[in-house]
Amino acid sequence: MLLEARERGAAGVEVVIGVVETHGRPETAALLEGFERLPPKTVEYRGAALPEFDLDAALERHPQLLLVDELAHTNAPGSRHAKRWQDVEELLEAGIHVYTTLNVQHVDSLNDVVAQVTGVTVRETVPDSILDRADEIELVDIPPDDLMQRLREGKVYLGPQAERALQSFFRKGNLIALRELALRKTAERVDAQLESHRRLEGITGTWDVRERLLVCVADFESGLALVREARRMAVALRAEWFVVHVERPGELGARVRDREKIVDLLAFAEELGAHTAMLSGHDLREELLSFARGRHVSRILIAKPRRARWLEAIAGSLTNELIRSARDIDVYVVDAKRTAAAPAPAPRPDTAFDTRPHLLALAIVGVVTMLIAPLYGRLDRINLVMIYLLAVLLVAVRLGRGPAVVASFVSVAAFDFFYVTPRYTFAVSDTQYLVTFAVMLGTALLVSTLTVRMREQAEGARDRERRTAALYALTRDLASAASEVDLLEVAVARARETFDCDAMLFLPDAGGTLAPRTAPRTAAAPDARELAVAQWTFQNAQAAGRGTATLPAALGRYQPLETQRGVLGVLGVYPADARALATPDAARLLETFARQTALALERSQLETDTERTRMSAERERLRNTLLASVSHDLRTPLASITGATTTLLQVGDRLDPDTQRELLESVAAQARRLNRLVGNLLEMTRVEAGGITPRMDWHSIEEVVGAALGHVEPELRGRALELDVPRDLPLVRFDATAIEQVLVNLFENAAKYAPADQPITVRARVTADELQVEVLDRGIGVRPGEEERVFEKFYRAPAAAGDPGGLGLGLAICRAIVQAHGGTLVARAREGGGAAFRFALPRGPSPAPAPDAPQGAR
Amino acid sequence: MSEAPAHEHPRRVLVIEDEPEIVRFLRAALTSAGYALQVAATARDGLREAASQPPDFVIVDLGLPDLDGVEVIRRLREWSRVPVIVLSARGAERDKIAALDAGADDYLTKPFAVGELLARLRVAERHARADGRAGDTPVTIGELAIDPGRRRVTLAGAAIHLTPIEFKLLMVLARHPGRVVTHQQLLREVWGPAHTRETHYLRVHMGNLRQKLEPEPSRPRYLLTEPGVGYRLREE
Repeated sequence: MLLEARERGAAGVEVVIGVVETHGRPETAALLEGFERLPPKTVEYRGAALPEFDLDAALERHPQLLLVDELAHTNAPGSRHAKRWQDVEELLEAGIHVYTTLNVQHVDSLNDVVAQVTGVTVRETVPDSILDRADEIELVDIPPDDLMQRLREGKVYLGPQAERALQSFFRKGNLIALRELALRKTAERVDAQLESHRRLEGITGTWDVRERLLVCVADFESGLALVREARRMAVALRAEWFVVHVERPGELGARVRDREKIVDLLAFAEELGAHTAMLSGHDLREELLSFARGRHVSRILIAKPRRARWLEAIAGSLTNELIRSARDIDVYVVDAKRTAAAPAPAPRPDTAFDTRPHLLALAIVGVVTMLIAPLYGRLDRINLVMIYLLAVLLVAVRLGRGPAVVASFVSVAAFDFFYVTPRYTFAVSDTQYLVTFAVMLGTALLVSTLTVRMREQAEGARDRERRTAALYALTRDLASAASEVDLLEVAVARARETFDCDAMLFLPDAGGTLAPRTAPRTAAAPDARELAVAQWTFQNAQAAGRGTATLPAALGRYQPLETQRGVLGVLGVYPADARALATPDAARLLETFARQTALALERSQLETDTERTRMSAERERLRNTLLASVSHDLRTPLASITGATTTLLQVGDRLDPDTQRELLESVAAQARRLNRLVGNLLEMTRVEAGGITPRMDWHSIEEVVGAALGHVEPELRGRALELDVPRDLPLVRFDATAIEQVLVNLFENAAKYAPADQPITVRARVTADELQVEVLDRGIGVRPGEEERVFEKFYRAPAAAGDPGGLGLGLAICRAIVQAHGGTLVARAREGGGAAFRFALPRGPSPAPAPDAPQGAR
Repeated sequence: MSEAPAHEHPRRVLVIEDEPEIVRFLRAALTSAGYALQVAATARDGLREAASQPPDFVIVDLGLPDLDGVEVIRRLREWSRVPVIVLSARGAERDKIAALDAGADDYLTKPFAVGELLARLRVAERHARADGRAGDTPVTIGELAIDPGRRRVTLAGAAIHLTPIEFKLLMVLARHPGRVVTHQQLLREVWGPAHTRETHYLRVHMGNLRQKLEPEPSRPRYLLTEPGVGYRLREE
């Protein structure tokens, strides 16, 4: 590796050493000279400081090529990943090329073979899937004699360690076997490469139909061998492969520990690159074949039966049945016994034996024994047996299988001891009672087994029903969520319900940093550590945290919300018991859950994006029009002001007083006009920036009309007004300043477009639910088809005489204000010529009448 | 606009304003109207100036660089009753009310005409002189005559019948003719401090009052509305 790296370095590739184990060898150390090395990270573990490969530093440094020795290494507890190969995976995801080394005995699929050959169980293994990802595998092959020579010379291990290694693992026989394994593994790969090359070159041959393999595992021990065998076969065939376990409803009573082992096995198979599934059904053969046909499986692998022949004769053999009904599918029967000694991939600590239910079972039998004491002699003994059976049944229902078995035996013993003559001994005078005992024990055991099974089946069914219901509820709720906030709340509420623990959603901010978007149910918010795990999930689009291989020490399990657009966020669930999410069922449910949420979130975000694009296009258009209008409309009054004032400054003393005064009046008028323009621009900005929130209060429209007329006095220049505002109009709720502005704009508009000798009419009316105000003029009017356009921003009616001035914002602002009040503003042509603008404001209920006898009235 | 108030010495006006162009035309307009000007560009200078050389009027811009104009008024009011007129931007009704509550006498919205400013100063001066006397001086505006002492209101010589509330409302306005009176102030003085939120009382009774006093209630001549702020009895 180091030599190769040197060559690459010489060729101009940026090479950095992530971690290289020299084992104290000076030769190796010499090869390291001249390379940049990442300093190791020190991890504290039980008081010892362990140097570890610094993944974050490597990601940060981001060289073209990184050297990472010993792929099979197990990281110190507390590191991000449990295994170094996971570190390497992350490096590859980040686009860093990696050179690494691996001994053949660490390859997962060869593990059992190695154990068989060498008698040594290697615990550090690397999944084959990562080997498959390698661009190139180079076999470092040394004849066994040379290697042993090197070992003796201390080139592999130093001193006594080398001696020990020679005696145990690296015996010549072992080395030959391992060498053969390594050669074979590499040859397999070369084969596969050749094959894909042929395919690329268009040489189609036997590989038109892709092979699919199905492995049925029944229990952990045989399953492990089957899975490894299947893996080898799948690689050789370049086939897709499936590993399934069929649970029979009757088997649901199988011990929890067995089930967990199966779950582990399936997880292991997934690591090796298989698809896995838990099936359930009465007929194993039926289930298996329907799964196989559904996925076009061409070969099925099963384990050799271990049942005795006479049992098979009675119960029938699955193997035979399967072979008979498989027809087009080949069935391979594999001997699973040979790997019985193989190690478990990730043995879990067994659940601690809980003595409490067993003691309780004992107590119940004790109580029953005492309670029936007064009945002794009055009832037939056989009825006492019935009472004991009832107790066993009760224990089975309440406490489960183990305690029920205990209760069965203890009941028989207690019955014998207390109530069978001679009493208070285990001796039996009448041998008939031996039959009673046997039947009693048998019945008790059978009853308890059946009861427990029934209970477990019911629980299983309830579980499945609950999950289906939860997913249905999620989909329904997500569909009806109105906003993104709603959607997040719904998803989290459903996740809490379904997984029966706290859940949170994390979404990234603009910079890609995740932050919780929903409040935690329990008081504590996730700390920086948990957030970092969520962040990792987000960046790598992979589940992490509790119950996964990445950062398993975290409190939460984090699932990426992944869609085609990428990862939108992260769903975190915080199970009280890590095993709650360990079954593939639960993991898949969580995945489905995350996917549903992601899809809904994506939909909502797409909608928001579209809306935003539309808005920004609209804003852009507005900005352009605004700039064009502003430059014209602000400059016109400025030009007159500048012209008038400079005239006065330069030649003012030569002008007669009347002309001087005229010029000054023009300056004042143009300044007023500028003020109006700026006012409208400001108001428009306010409207654009997020709408107007009217300050509602009770007002009299008469008063506001009066104030508005006072405001436009100079523009009206004594023009005739027809005011039709009834004196008994009720108060209406609105924002007086805003409505005054509406009226001012409407009046100005009328004054601008109507001839000076025509009156302007103002009319106010109330209906049952509205206040209506009309401003009518006899100007150029509103042309048909323009009734709506006049309210568009920057729209201006073609002027009758000269440029009336204005930005074309007035009416748009008026409409925005009226709409903010929940009212309407419309324009129409007035009968007999001219324009009519009418706005209507909702009335609402009237205020409490004003008291006419005030406090402290004189 | 040209006639200066005839006084033994020119009235002093302190202008607290940071905009030199505004100061320039204020100086021209006010000196030609017979006032003497003191100018301060910041709130601190203004307060110091007001303390060292007490003016007869203060004109404060609400948008000063160093201190909020409302705060200037509040501090000034701690020791002085000098009339204060506030200059503020359009649309800033809240600021105007805050300034009036803090003790300002009146306000002008920028841009304003000099005529308006001089009118405000005249009202403030009249008010300052009348201060201390009982508020029952008869007031005559156009055809409207109000005689608080005799509780009599006439329009073109004809007596007008007012309800007690209407009369009280008119009295509060007539006590400060030409000056803005905020809604809060009117409510407090007419209905009592418990009713300062019931602005609709005010609208109803002002409406009634206008119906009785105004020839054309929608174009009032006497009872002017200052939207969002209050009412003003026109002075003449």
